[in-house]
Amino acid sequence: MASYFASLRVGALLNACPGGIAQGLIWGVMALGVYLTFRMLDFADLSVDGSFATGGAVSIMLILAGWNPWATLLASFAAGVLAGIVTGLLHTKLGIPAILAGILTQISLYSINLNIMGKANQAINVNSVTLDITSNMRVIGRTIAICAVICAVIVAVVYWYLGTEHGSALRATGNNPNMSRAQGINTNAMKVIGLAISNGLVAMSGGMLSQFQGFADVNMGRGAIVVGLAAVIIGEVLCEAIIGKRQNFVWRLSFVVLGGIVYYLVYVFVLWLKFPANDMKLLTAVVVAIFLAVPYLRAQSKNSFLRLKKMNREAEKNA
Amino acid sequence: MLELKNISKTFNKGTINQKTALNHLNLHLNPGDFVTVIGGNGAGKSTMLNAIAGVWPVDEGKITLAGSDITALQEHERALLIGRVFQDPMMGTAPDMQIIENLAMAARRGQKRGLRWGVTKAEKEEYHEKLKILGLGLEDRMTTKVGLLSGGQRQALTLLMATLRSPKLLLLDEHTAALDPATAKKVLDLSDEIVSRDQLTTLMITHNMGDAIAHGNRLIMMNNGQIIFDVCGEEKKKLTKKDLMDKFAEISGVQVENDAMLLS
Repeated sequence: MASYFASLRVGALLNACPGGIAQGLIWGVMALGVYLTFRMLDFADLSVDGSFATGGAVSIMLILAGWNPWATLLASFAAGVLAGIVTGLLHTKLGIPAILAGILTQISLYSINLNIMGKANQAINVNSVTLDITSNMRVIGRTIAICAVICAVIVAVVYWYLGTEHGSALRATGNNPNMSRAQGINTNAMKVIGLAISNGLVAMSGGMLSQFQGFADVNMGRGAIVVGLAAVIIGEVLCEAIIGKRQNFVWRLSFVVLGGIVYYLVYVFVLWLKFPANDMKLLTAVVVAIFLAVPYLRAQSKNSFLRLKKMNREAEKNA
Repeated sequence: MLELKNISKTFNKGTINQKTALNHLNLHLNPGDFVTVIGGNGAGKSTMLNAIAGVWPVDEGKITLAGSDITALQEHERALLIGRVFQDPMMGTAPDMQIIENLAMAARRGQKRGLRWGVTKAEKEEYHEKLKILGLGLEDRMTTKVGLLSGGQRQALTLLMATLRSPKLLLLDEHTAALDPATAKKVLDLSDEIVSRDQLTTLMITHNMGDAIAHGNRLIMMNNGQIIFDVCGEEKKKLTKKDLMDKFAEISGVQVENDAMLLS
């Protein structure tokens, strides 16, 4: 035990933090996409696992083809939009349940991503390309600043969009589809558009991550939905705790990004504790399950048959 | 104003649960008609309203509203012409959105929704005035989420939303059935007030015979997917509950003991 603690070095943890923050910001973009479908459209979209890797693959392959890294992010976004449209059409035009439509897109993207890259893994030579988003520790501060600006811009754009007529229609679609149709909203079209924007952001995030780590991998999106959900939920819990009743959309969206950062800092911390890297996904799933369960269990504890039984039994005892 | 011609709709065709909900139904409404609709369970009242609203396509027939054939239009495409209030107070509003956002959404019914801001400043004042008419104090809570309102408040708000941009046709599907008697009366009076103020052509389903007689200028009774009794003007004013029950027995061949049997 003592030797375990002796082997932990605070310096190593501090060194790992900036990278964690940068990755958290990158995943924050992804989480904003997940927020749009999961919270606004009430659509658990599993295609993001595929479109995240698609974004990475598109970005890396275009950089290898000589594109400007920034321009490749736009291409990643566009690729994600296409993936989102496919999921949306599978769901609205072909009547496939939401979860299944997402899974179908996700699994087909696996093949598509392999086709884009030609093999399972493609790397860029980080010395021959000037990247603004990079894990290079000498310029990590600049990377963090750039990612933070990107997040801020996306939060601003998403906030603006949700406040527009179109964005209001999107929110109403997720909130009450019956009412939306009665108010003349084409709910099917709104779902497709929402999925397109969401997957666009997810793919762009994938592109950013592939630039950050210098390579794209066909498996880089595995479990992305869970990380995205973790960021969304951690963000919501923190927002509730810190902002409380004064929450508005700007706060909520900002805290989704913050949720991504917190997730990655915890990730870095747990790795620093020498938790096996292979078990990280299990840990993430457990964390998300707990956060999703807490509101339910809390409501249960206040209002359950079991509690009633106990209460009545005690009342009888006392009588 | 509204013309239903030979409308039929059968649910679960070819299965043991097959149910002909509308059976070659014909109905003509004049502009400004306020029609109350009564009939037992399964008579086809709600099915008729849903057919008009376009919740699903009908099996056959033609629906014309305000001079245009809407039979092949989807639900959201017809919304420009039609305002609706549902039986379930949860159904007509978006609970996680503010009162003012819900109203703004209704104000844009049938219009293109672009990237302009969802609620303009001029609208805020307009809605403030309109909410005042409801007399529920909602004008001072415009940024409250609708989910926090009571059922009656929601129905009143839904009614306001449905009539905000004078629809060609107003569909009220038992919109007071889920409310307590006092609230139901208030919402009903409000409906009366708005319908007569804006001269709205209206179809109102009700399970309360007294209401059916007291409101509107015309009354229709449905049974087995058809209209079996249609009365308007002076003749309707003279109707009593007993008349309606007798009429139902005479036409359907079923003797009803009390109005509960016909209307519950």
